[in-house]
Amino acid sequence: MNNEHDWPLYEIFIRAKSGLDHKHVGSLHATDARMALEHARDLYTRRQEGVSIWAVRSTDIVASDPAESDAFFEPARDKVYRHPTFYDIPDEVKTL
Amino acid sequence: MYTQGLDSLGKDCLRDEAQDGARLESRFQARVDAEEKIEAKDWMPEAYRRTLVRQISQHAHSEIVGMLPEGNWITRAPSLLRKTILIAKVQDEGGHGAYLYSAAETLGVSRGELVDQLLTGKAKYSSIFNYPTPTWADVGAIGWLVDGAAIMNQIPLCRCSYGPYARAMVRICKEESFHQRQGYDIMLRLARGTAAQRDMAQAALDRWWWPSLMMFGPSDHDSKHSAQSMRWKIKRFSNDELRQKFVDTTVPQADFLGLKVPDPELAWDEASQHYRFGPIDWREFEQVLAGQGPCNRERLDARRRAHDEGRWVREAATAWAGKRNTEAAKAA
Repeated sequence: MNNEHDWPLYEIFIRAKSGLDHKHVGSLHATDARMALEHARDLYTRRQEGVSIWAVRSTDIVASDPAESDAFFEPARDKVYRHPTFYDIPDEVKTL
Repeated sequence: MYTQGLDSLGKDCLRDEAQDGARLESRFQARVDAEEKIEAKDWMPEAYRRTLVRQISQHAHSEIVGMLPEGNWITRAPSLLRKTILIAKVQDEGGHGAYLYSAAETLGVSRGELVDQLLTGKAKYSSIFNYPTPTWADVGAIGWLVDGAAIMNQIPLCRCSYGPYARAMVRICKEESFHQRQGYDIMLRLARGTAAQRDMAQAALDRWWWPSLMMFGPSDHDSKHSAQSMRWKIKRFSNDELRQKFVDTTVPQADFLGLKVPDPELAWDEASQHYRFGPIDWREFEQVLAGQGPCNRERLDARRRAHDEGRWVREAATAWAGKRNTEAAKAA
């Protein structure tokens, strides 16, 4: 981290007041975890958008390969029976 | 024999590469045509990457430099409320620059490179920020007209094909509408004020009208990048279309203020249901873009000074983090 511009990159995830999960909102450079959180607060919650922040070093994120996504997600494609709409329940039956 | 074998192998490889390239390009174009988002790790033509790095970084630089003409008025705003509002707006612009630099970095360019390009004068930024803000009314005019023009440009960009840029634009657009209202609110107060205040508002409109129209860029037949940008769904509307929309929207707003747009040829055309307006002096645009505008040098000097004067903070933060890391390593 010699040059100030080589500060590590953090990906920022924010959970809104009414939200259930943290959403990815962008990234920023910071020297350490505390700065990452404070800068994330200043950058991404100026309008009270969040009650919780996760900052993750970008190098710690493992992502699926978009070039492989067809093959990678293939197993689920022919399993429509996982969806409730696959099943034809007679109308007379309630609450099913 | 070996040479022949190697040659034919080589040619086949080249042919396959070229075919692969063509196949990848056509698949890329099909995804764009289908309104799919291109993400950072997806395959993309090198020219697509390059044009996005150029456009997004110019956009980011514009936000950062854009903090300066209005920042000038923070210490001089007429009331405490106006001061706090202006600080909030300028903070937003800084934030917008940060979102956009982050989006540009997803394309493989480093923050350091981008900052260097701005500070060495290599990078372009929106010409509008090379004009001075001599009165408080200019702050109002900038919010109303410059942010207004920016909104017109930015809303279509929310649907641009490159995911990170589109998402940054959604966030920016949400924040931008406060900026325009803040500006119009200032103009409204001045227009309904004393004669001197009304004159100040009119003078600001006179100064900012034409530069705002120039923000949309040259007419499309003079714009090199337009056609390819449209094919790649980076650009969704032509410069002229957006400029026309801006005029049609803004003239009634000026009418409401009781101010006169400084264009003797401005007139409503009943047949086309648009305002006709006079010719733009593109020489001024070219001069300002080439660095001859009233504030180009001042803007760059201010940025360089800020960068230099802030160096001790960055160095201290880096040193502090390094020290903590060493202590942690020793303890482990």
